[in-house]
This record gives sequence, C-alpha cells and structure tokens, in this order.
Amino acid sequence: MGQMLSVENLSIGFSTRRGQSRAVGGISFEMGEGESLAIVGESGSGKTVTAMSLTRLLPPQPQCKVDGKIFWRGESVLEMDNARLRKIRGRQIAYIFQEPSTSLNPVFTVGSQIAEAIRLHFPEQKNIKAKVVEALREVGIRNPEYRYGAYPHELSGGMQQRVMIAMALACEPSLLVADEPTTALDVTIQKQIIDLLNSIRHRRKMALILITHNFGIISKLCENVAVMFRGRIVERGKTDEVLKNPQHPYTKALIACIPRLGQKTRLQPIDYAKLEVEMGEKL
Amino acid sequence: MTKYFFKRLLEAVPVFFIILTAVFFTVRFVPGGPFDKERPISPETRKALNEYYGLDDPLWSQYARYMSNLAKGDLGPSYKYKGWSVGEIIAQKAAVSLQLGAAALLLSLAAGLLLGFGAAAMEGTKFGTALSGLSLLGICLPSFVLGPILALLFALKFGFFNAMGWNDLPRDMVLPAVTLALFYAAWIARLARAGAAAEKRRPYVVAARAKGASEARIYFLHILRNAIQPVISYMGPAAAGLMTGSFVVETIFQIPGLGRFFISSALDNDYTMVMGCVMVYAAFIIIFNLFADILLALANPKIAGQMRK
Repeated sequence: MGQMLSVENLSIGFSTRRGQSRAVGGISFEMGEGESLAIVGESGSGKTVTAMSLTRLLPPQPQCKVDGKIFWRGESVLEMDNARLRKIRGRQIAYIFQEPSTSLNPVFTVGSQIAEAIRLHFPEQKNIKAKVVEALREVGIRNPEYRYGAYPHELSGGMQQRVMIAMALACEPSLLVADEPTTALDVTIQKQIIDLLNSIRHRRKMALILITHNFGIISKLCENVAVMFRGRIVERGKTDEVLKNPQHPYTKALIACIPRLGQKTRLQPIDYAKLEVEMGEKL
Repeated sequence: MTKYFFKRLLEAVPVFFIILTAVFFTVRFVPGGPFDKERPISPETRKALNEYYGLDDPLWSQYARYMSNLAKGDLGPSYKYKGWSVGEIIAQKAAVSLQLGAAALLLSLAAGLLLGFGAAAMEGTKFGTALSGLSLLGICLPSFVLGPILALLFALKFGFFNAMGWNDLPRDMVLPAVTLALFYAAWIARLARAGAAAEKRRPYVVAARAKGASEARIYFLHILRNAIQPVISYMGPAAAGLMTGSFVVETIFQIPGLGRFFISSALDNDYTMVMGCVMVYAAFIIIFNLFADILLALANPKIAGQMRK
C-alpha cells in the first residue's frame, strides 16, 4: 500500500528565553490509508507537538523550528504554500483536541461552527444545516435540530467533545488526529467517546492517530503503537504485542502504571534514575 | 431582553433617588451660600433673596419642596444666573456637550479599535510595538497640554481651524473633539490590544486553523468578537464621561457646553445647578452602562443567557 503519511527524521525545537529546547529529536514513522497508530508517552514527551506539526499548526519561526520531512500523499507539508495547506487542514487531516470547552469558540453556536468547517471546504454545498444536523446525529447527540443552535457553554464536556468530533468528521477526512480526546472527561464519558471514535473509524475506513498517555484506552482503538519518551520513539509495534511483551524499559514502566481491577500490589511510579541507567546501556 | 431593559431602568429609580438626596444635603453643608460674593451685599438684600428662594426654611421642607417640584419636572431656578431655570440651562448646554461628546466618542472608538487591533495583529513586529507605545503616550498626555498644542499648530500656525469658539460647525468641533478623544482612544486601544493578544492564544484559534480557516478569517471573525468585549464594557462610563462635557476642553476652546457648570456651579454654591449637573451625569452613567450591557449581551451569548433569567 502506498504510504499516505510519512514522517522522516522530524525534529522540533522551541526557542525560549533560556535558549533552545528540543521537544522532538529525530523521529520517523509511516502510515497507510485506514491504518491506526497510537502515540503514547508522558507529558512533555513530544507527542502533541508531533501531531500539531503534521499540518504546521505550531507557532511559526523563530519561536518554533521544525526540521526533517513530512509527506502527505507525496506532497511535502513543510514546503507547501499556505493556501494548499488550508485545503488539507480539516478536509484531509482533521483534529480533535484535549479541551473541548476551550477549543470551541464561545460566541458562536455549535451548529454554525460545524457549518463553517463544511463551508470552508465545500463553498457550493447546499443545505448545510441538514448536513450539520446529520453530523450531530452521527456522534450521538440527541435532538440535533435543537442542539444546532446551542452555544458551547450550554453543553456538557462530553457533548462538547462530541461536537468537536462532529466538526472534525464533517468534511470526511482521511486521517483523524485525536490529541488526548478523553483526558478532560470523566471515566464513563471516556468510554462512550472511545466507542464512538471506534465505530466511526471502522464505518468510514478512516486512518487515526491517537495521542495519549493512557495505555488503557489504546488497545481498542489502534492496531499500532509508538511509544515516545523525551522526544524520541523508543518502541513501536503491534499494539497487542507491545502490551503483552514490552521490550523497552520505559514501555514496561508505563504499562506497569495501568491500574487493573483486582490487582493486589501497589502501582509503581516511574523511576527515572533507574530508567536512565537502563536506557544508557541500550542506547 | 426587553424585560431586562425595563427591569434595569426600574432599578435605577431608587439609585437616582439616593444620589439626589445625598447630594442635596452635602452641598448645603459646604460653607457659604449662593449669594456670598467677593463684594458683600447688604443684609436687607440677602434677607430678601433668601426669602424669595425659600432658603431660610428648614432644610427638610426645602428638600420636600425640591423633590415635589422635581417630580413635576421642575429643576428649580439657578441662583447664579438670574432669570434662568436650571432646566433651561441644561437643555441648552447639554445639546452642545452631547454633539461634541458624540463626535469624540466615534473618533476615539474608530481610532482606538484600529490602533489596538492593528497592534495585536502585528504583535512581535517593531511596528506593533510602536503602536502600543503610541497608546501609552496618548494616556499620559493631558488635555490641557494637547488642546493648546493643537490650537497653536492647526489654528494659529496653519490656519485650518478657529482657535476657539463654537459657531462654524462642524469645523469648530474638530480640535476639541480630537483633544477630548485622545485619552479615550488610547485607553480603548490598550483594551483592544490586550483583549486580542489574549484571545489569539486561546485553543479555539488553533481549532479554527485546524479546520482550514485563513488567518484573516480567524482574526476578524473568531478573535475580534471575543476581544471586543472589554472595550464594550468600558464604553458605558466612557460615553457618559464624554457626553457630559469636559471642564478643561470647554475652557480651552471656549465652548458653551455643560462641562464647565460641573465645576462652576459647585464653586458658586448654585445648589439647584449642582443638583441638575449631578442628575445629568447619573442619568448618563445609568443609561450608557445599560446600553453597554445590552451590547455585551449581543456579543457574548453567555451574558445574554444570564439576562434571560
């Protein structure tokens, strides 16, 4: 299968007052059409900036410096002009963010915000409202005709995230990047959102990149996993194999952090000093 | 919204009443009276005047009489300008101050928003920093400095305008309106810039970008409607301040507005005129704040939701 997305030797640095800081240090990965990849890692491991860089959503230079290559269906994302980039954003690669409450504009109705996503890419589209209502229904919002006119603050967190999903899916993208889509939600809602993403993904045969720090939610959603630690991918493979038989000490430590029902031993915090010693031997 | 509007107006009635009562008694406690001039008047004349205006009556009965007259729409006679009623003076002078104030308000809004949103859009560039610095200068420059400088330059040196007066409208309006507007324009610019700079960093901006929206669309459609809210809140007191006139600007440019009466009536112990000025200012504050709140509700659906309750 021809590669849909390929990332080669990507590194991302931020310039701060105290000098350069490197968020991502030379990572590479590829994805085919319809595939799913989870990028797992702790806060600050570089997973979110990696996701953002795929459509150049990071702040421009000199604040932020992106090196390496990103190819989307053969086109170099880092070199294309802004007009071309805008045609890919939302239409081919769509995003869901961590905080639905702040990712929606508070002064517009949720319906009009989804309609905007459609109108940006299909300006000739007629009956946009009907399409939006359909999109809201697909993500499980009851009474979508009524909810069309709701403002973000009138919806619960779970509903807001469903709206974000509807907005991301409105233009039928080929790749959905979900950046910690359930972190801001409580556990019961988390499961609903995961199930929703899973069913839509299979129905649409859409590729998915799931950014998370939670190993617990990936087995259901993603066939492949890449584990990131301090800006590098330290382990990758099929999700069930990595989960069953992790090779890298950091992966082992992360998996040991998943709470399990009936577990009698205490959860172990990650011992970074020990990890560095072990990784030093491996690197 | 209509219900809210009338509710707020109704709430203003007791506020108004309390302000009037407080001012009525405090001005009476100020030493001296309306007929104390540099040249003393004879005791007989003073007695006759006091009797004519009823100033010898007990204070509470004066208060009752004033309030009952006020309820009939009569603001009383001015003690300083013989033959004029306070209502007549206000009607005449307020018309001038309103015109000047409205011109200054529009000017400060246009300049302030342009400058502030421009500075935020060009944030980080040298030009953007210069625009921010300009607004700081505008706040620091007092009108009694700016007014004479403008008059000196554009009236006396270049002869574009008259240095003072209020005859040749709208040309005579330009210099005082600019003088009056500068401080408000600078303040609005700072509010607008700070608002837009903060909104630019909100996650919904990244989300809009990820949808494929252009930078211009994000700025003008998504950011500005959020960023303008602090400016709207400020417009209430700003409009009231501008429309009631300014002592300094009216003195510099010799404009027959209401602003001068705010100071002179208090100095002259012209009790009824003080009351009239306070009433105008309080009414403007109440009305313009109400307008600002309604505009804010139009911009922010969250506030509109609270109003419906």
